[in-house]
Amino acid sequence: MTTVAAKPVSKAAAKPATMAQALNRALRDAMAEDPTVHVMGEDVGALGGVFRITDGLVKEFGEDRCTDTPLAEAGILGAAVGMAMYGLRPVVEMQFDAFAYPAFEQLISHVSRMRNRTRGAMPMPITIRVPYGGGIGGVEHHSDSSEAYYLATPGLHVVTPATVEDAYGLMRAAIASDDPVIFLEPKRLYWSKADWSPEAPTAVPGIGKALVRRAGTSATLITYGPSLPVCLEAAEAAREEGWDLEVLDLRSLVPFDEETVVAAVRRTGRAVVVHEANGFGGPGAEIAARIMERCFHHLEAPVLRVTGFDIPYPPPMLEKHHLPGVDRILDTVARLQWEN
Amino acid sequence: MTVQELPGAGASHRPTPPPAWRPRTDAAPLLPDPEPYRVLGTPAAEKLDPELMRRCYAELVRGRRYNAQATALTRQGRLAVYPSTVGQEACEIAAALVLEERDWLFPSYRDTLAAVARGLDPVQALTLLRGDWHTGYDPREHRIAPLCTPLATQLPHAVGLAHAARLRGDDVVALAMVGDGGTSEGDFHEALNFAAVWKAPVVFLVQNNGFAISVPLAKQTAAPTLAHKAVGYGMPGRLVDGNDIAAVHEVLSEAVRRARAGGGPTLVEAVTYRMEAHTNADDATRYREDSEVAAWKAHDPVELLERELTARGLLDAEGIQQAKDAAEVMAAALREGMNADPVLDPMDLFAHVYAEQTDRLREQAALLRAELEAGAEG
Repeated sequence: MTTVAAKPVSKAAAKPATMAQALNRALRDAMAEDPTVHVMGEDVGALGGVFRITDGLVKEFGEDRCTDTPLAEAGILGAAVGMAMYGLRPVVEMQFDAFAYPAFEQLISHVSRMRNRTRGAMPMPITIRVPYGGGIGGVEHHSDSSEAYYLATPGLHVVTPATVEDAYGLMRAAIASDDPVIFLEPKRLYWSKADWSPEAPTAVPGIGKALVRRAGTSATLITYGPSLPVCLEAAEAAREEGWDLEVLDLRSLVPFDEETVVAAVRRTGRAVVVHEANGFGGPGAEIAARIMERCFHHLEAPVLRVTGFDIPYPPPMLEKHHLPGVDRILDTVARLQWEN
Repeated sequence: MTVQELPGAGASHRPTPPPAWRPRTDAAPLLPDPEPYRVLGTPAAEKLDPELMRRCYAELVRGRRYNAQATALTRQGRLAVYPSTVGQEACEIAAALVLEERDWLFPSYRDTLAAVARGLDPVQALTLLRGDWHTGYDPREHRIAPLCTPLATQLPHAVGLAHAARLRGDDVVALAMVGDGGTSEGDFHEALNFAAVWKAPVVFLVQNNGFAISVPLAKQTAAPTLAHKAVGYGMPGRLVDGNDIAAVHEVLSEAVRRARAGGGPTLVEAVTYRMEAHTNADDATRYREDSEVAAWKAHDPVELLERELTARGLLDAEGIQQAKDAAEVMAAALREGMNADPVLDPMDLFAHVYAEQTDRLREQAALLRAELEAGAEG
């Protein structure tokens, strides 16, 4: 799919930037380039969003382009549908993962299928920003990983960045997409930093492309979003055990880059899927099934999963036991020493 | 009990007294009249525009015929289901007639007649109910949103569209239709609240036809009227006799004018009655008395206007016949269109899911194509 065009990278301009800053910059640049892009949601104006992702947008573009809405997620997304019908490109914020649930009817009954029910006459170029996942000590209803609900709905794209440059590039691609995009923002990576130049952002592959973040030969860890840094850390630690792990960042859950996944698993012969969301019926189940269908004869061991437990998201003082950590990943990798 | 008398109101730990509170506006202008507004049969009918009323009459007769034809097509198996608007034609027609071409209509699943009165081809309007595709027309071309099956979810769309139009400097109005049952849904609340806060140029038309499938209004709401709900949002609520097309047209026109002029949204409750069952799958005798239906039959929207126009010498036997003839022409075309089997391409299943096909869908499309080819050979 589309790759966002970017100016050549100027290494000199690159300095530490956070994912939050990159997302903010992406919104600013998209709004500046295209007057039909409108940002809206609860607290996105004067406050700049509770995570400051929309900081300064109201000052630069005015309240008509960056709108503090009434506190009502179905209303926010429902109004965005009407705005898209009239040719705008709304970017809506759901503030926290579990706050998006009231908007599910609009999402599933209208946003995802408006193109289909109108035979392509009425596309829905809406970007739905959902800060998601745990690890920040949030209280109940502030740490869910809801991606399985979104994946199960045809008509939606589902993307999640794990790096600063992807946060910018994927956001630009999401806003440019003529289809609705669920843009899952890993909350605990908002303050992660990388050398990145906001003046000359790097071109990144667009929606639908997975990337190998670390090459390896022993097994492939398949992950996305907040679990990517955990997997990279696990891969470093695994070297001591004699494992050379490959780490693959999906970046886009829908479309799912099956070819890149299949090629990686065929190379290494072993695969572990890692994510925070509950395991049962989670994204890993689908990914493991596809690998089984396409790589059966290349596999040296069953595809394993390291996921959150099949429980409601735990209270913050217990979340460290729920979230997939380095040790659990390494223990699972050890189980890939498959002997019949 | 006043605020000052509330327990804890005088507690010493409160550092300063709360600032004096007073209502931001006088709610009186927002309140609906106690009785539904009527024109037909009252002195106000003297000022009716004869041309407009003759057009309304022709549309009512055509609408009644459309309802009858669609119901007949259901019995013949040509439509999966048809939610009739017999008895509600005045609301349907008025909603379509008050809009300019640039305006938008947001119908519910019951409002096919409003879409037809707005100019949509009757066969296209029934595509959803026939089952060959979900929406049989290009919404942008007709400025009619897809018929909406989930309740009240089209209302926030109307608000968003009207808001977007105003941001772009267009004086476009959106008219959104919903039933009495739909007013209990959360999206009704959110839409009205957004519209009022944004001062969006939207008119909400509630057709209170007495029942949400089988549940009567008294079990739907404890509000004095549905129009009263407007007051809490800060918009005017208007109550109108939904069988009096002159009254519905006037009240909706005023609301459209107000919206177009930047005055914000209006909630209109049209009190009407669904003469037939919810759909052909429903048995209305289980939840209402024949006497109730008979009482409403005496207040039929087509006859109300016919009596008024005939009494005023604005309509004669010839005019009535002309309207009937035109309705028959429409019915014949509808029969012909619906009796022709639609030609469907199964590969269309994959055509409009995404702007760009995904690998997964390409794979599934290939599977279906192979199945079709195997079937053709077999």
